[in-house]
Amino acid sequence: MSEAAAAPAIELIGISKRFGPVQANDGVSLQVAAGTVHGIVGENGAGKSTLMSILYGFYAADAGTIRIAGREVEIRSSGEAIAAGIGMVHQHFMLVETLSVLDNIMLGVEGGALLRGGMRRARAELARLSGAYGLAIDPDALVGELPVGLQQRVEILKALYRGADILILDEPTAVLTPPEADQLFALLRALTAQGKTVILITHKLREIMAVTDHVSVMRRGRMIAHLATAATSPAALAEAMVGRRVLLRVEKPPRRPGPPVLAMQGVGLRDARGVTRLSEIDLVLRAGEIVGVAGVAGNGQSELLAVLAGLAQPSRGEISLDGRVLGPAERNPAALRRLGVMHIPEDRQKDGLVTAFSAAENCILGYHDDAAFGPGPLLSPSRIRRHARAAFAAYDVRPPDPELKTAKFSGGNQQKIVLAREIERAPRVLLVGQPTRGVDIGAIEFIHRRLIALREAGVAILLVSVELDEVMALSDRIIALCGGRITGERAAAEADERDLGLLIAGVTGEAA
Amino acid sequence: MSAAPVELPVWADAGLVPLVSVTAALLVAGLVVIGIGENPLEATALLLRGALGSGEAIGFTLYYATNFIFTGLAVAVAYHAGLFNIGGEGQATLAGIGAALACLWLAPLPGLLLVPLAILAAAAGGAAWALIPGWLQATRGSHVVITTIMFNFIAATLIVYLLVELIGNPGSMQPETREFAPHAVLTPMHRLLAPLGLVLPATPLNSAFLLALASLCGVWLLIFRSRLGFAIRTLGANPRAASYAGLSVSRLTMVAMAVSGALAGGLAVNEVMGVQHRLLLDFTAGYGFVGIAVALMGRGHPVGVALAALLFGILYQGGAELAFDKPSITRDMVVVIGGVIILFAGALDGLFRRLVAAGLGIGRAP
Repeated sequence: MSEAAAAPAIELIGISKRFGPVQANDGVSLQVAAGTVHGIVGENGAGKSTLMSILYGFYAADAGTIRIAGREVEIRSSGEAIAAGIGMVHQHFMLVETLSVLDNIMLGVEGGALLRGGMRRARAELARLSGAYGLAIDPDALVGELPVGLQQRVEILKALYRGADILILDEPTAVLTPPEADQLFALLRALTAQGKTVILITHKLREIMAVTDHVSVMRRGRMIAHLATAATSPAALAEAMVGRRVLLRVEKPPRRPGPPVLAMQGVGLRDARGVTRLSEIDLVLRAGEIVGVAGVAGNGQSELLAVLAGLAQPSRGEISLDGRVLGPAERNPAALRRLGVMHIPEDRQKDGLVTAFSAAENCILGYHDDAAFGPGPLLSPSRIRRHARAAFAAYDVRPPDPELKTAKFSGGNQQKIVLAREIERAPRVLLVGQPTRGVDIGAIEFIHRRLIALREAGVAILLVSVELDEVMALSDRIIALCGGRITGERAAAEADERDLGLLIAGVTGEAA
Repeated sequence: MSAAPVELPVWADAGLVPLVSVTAALLVAGLVVIGIGENPLEATALLLRGALGSGEAIGFTLYYATNFIFTGLAVAVAYHAGLFNIGGEGQATLAGIGAALACLWLAPLPGLLLVPLAILAAAAGGAAWALIPGWLQATRGSHVVITTIMFNFIAATLIVYLLVELIGNPGSMQPETREFAPHAVLTPMHRLLAPLGLVLPATPLNSAFLLALASLCGVWLLIFRSRLGFAIRTLGANPRAASYAGLSVSRLTMVAMAVSGALAGGLAVNEVMGVQHRLLLDFTAGYGFVGIAVALMGRGHPVGVALAALLFGILYQGGAELAFDKPSITRDMVVVIGGVIILFAGALDGLFRRLVAAGLGIGRAP
């Protein structure tokens, strides 16, 4: 962390970029000192990704200058970015899972028509890099068999192998357990200690506070603030991002759990390939309580939601609603909706919405047989529009235009459309998957308040989220899932992050 | 900022882009005409005069367009469900068999009853022939693109067998049925409109044209205004969302295919009941395949399908006249022009969309 006496590692001056009517970047300037971790925060659509894509050569800026180590450069492709010493670790890894670590690292820079010499050099260089930064990894392991944390390490090594002095990490902790995230932060420290520069894009303010030296806040395409991390606070950052004061804590009155509504007994699920996805799930949801499911993505949370929503049929065990076991005919989404089991799916764009449809049409998805929407076999566009307008007003969907194509709404507003549709029919049970994934802070606040209000109204809520903070903030009880099994249960009041981190990593503690 | 296809306003999407691609196709076709030593402007004038220059020409053009409306709608309906029905030929063949059997066997019935029944029989034949591939896809995962093509061949051999062995006219050298009774066939347009004082030249245009117009409205109502259509479009746009919404994917697949096949059956109504008045081999004459191009050009919307059907009607009729007037431009040349239009409107569509978007200043810089 030497004070940058020399030129900054990266200097962006007056970067502007317009996509049709949207000014994604508007005169953005940024200075990143060499050997520091620099955080960039901002809501979805604030222009962080666009800015980084310009820096990495995916887009050409309409105006502005880029200087790397004081020298003005023009970056027209990712190849030129790599040549300028910039490496990028994408949120979704760009790895070939069926190849080894070494293969992945030298992919594209094989160094000649014959592999053998390049391979030997790459192996030596990889060993050197691993030693220099404490990045232990087996070069011959298949990438697909590595845990996610190690796959991310391969991505970082890939960038370093290509001579990167500047690393851009886009939401790097989205797929990591808390211990893996801690390891990553230690690694970032080690990298900056050796003079590398790191840009960290994230929406988790806790991480900004934990690991960055400086932080820049973007809002609506503009740079709002450049701050030294030590001199700011999460609340101040949140306010700068949204432009108004935000409640970071969820205010939740003490719970009054009602009678059991939905129960699972010994539920197991095997997928089409015969792999066990869920086993021996015993779970009770009570009226007026939120049960949070903590776990790293891919440990059975999605399958749990699918089974309860009727999208997957359990291979064993039974599910009962109000003490009555559901028969096969009732375990489908349409029948369950009629029984009051509503579902906000994890992936709103793939499952919850038809993004090619108008917003008004998406407001009736799953309910298009409702007599209120038209006479007989026909649908009435005016009635559907009127219904959507009422829902948009109640749920503050912006822009409140029912005719607009759903794909054109921001993530937060798309989520509000799904939320409005599933909540407005007074559910008895609400299955919620990743309610705030890719949603900006203002909308997160809104969604959390709605979920708490439903809990007050006596709805039994199952909350699945990869955001441990969210699970801990909203839930009354938390269950941890690992490998398709419940590895522990905690009352939210007694849960702490370290303890839950062990549970979701499969280290079973004593029963609470 | 994903790499989504270029978004255009509706008027540009449905009007400007097809217009640009057809113009480009005509320019390329013009080059071919120059290549064989003819004047492309003169050829175009002959083609247009041949298609639209007289009442008789227009009658023929609309008669061809009728076929294209039915087969285009058939492809369009399946397309909205995310299904690619290439089996229009086979479905129309089965529809022809259905219509012929009804017209021959139910001949004692009065025309007012017989004609609607024969139309229903045609629809049922087409629907059944599309339903089987739909059912195979819904239950076995066999892709309809493959199975509908296979069913075209099965239908082609089935009609040969029936006409040669079972329902052929014993006195004829041709594999065809005997002629239907006069009250079993559709009324030609010139006779239909005569009581209204309209004197039209005698053309193959018949009341099936009115059925085609009704089908255009019906399909619009079904796809864009009905609950079933909403479900079909959901399935086509996002099958996962359809499952999430509690729709039965297998049932919708079969329903959409059946409706699609029934519409393809309209081709048989026009040709068998309206023009030939008997069932004969190869009456489908490739109209089923051209329907794919019609649906693609028309963007699956009934208005677009109507316009594209009219365009292909003009090409067919005008092309025939052109080939007659200019022996050096053969019918095959006209097929080439049609092919170029299909190529430009279908395969190269994205290219013109991007050009139009750039021209309108929409979209993004490279």
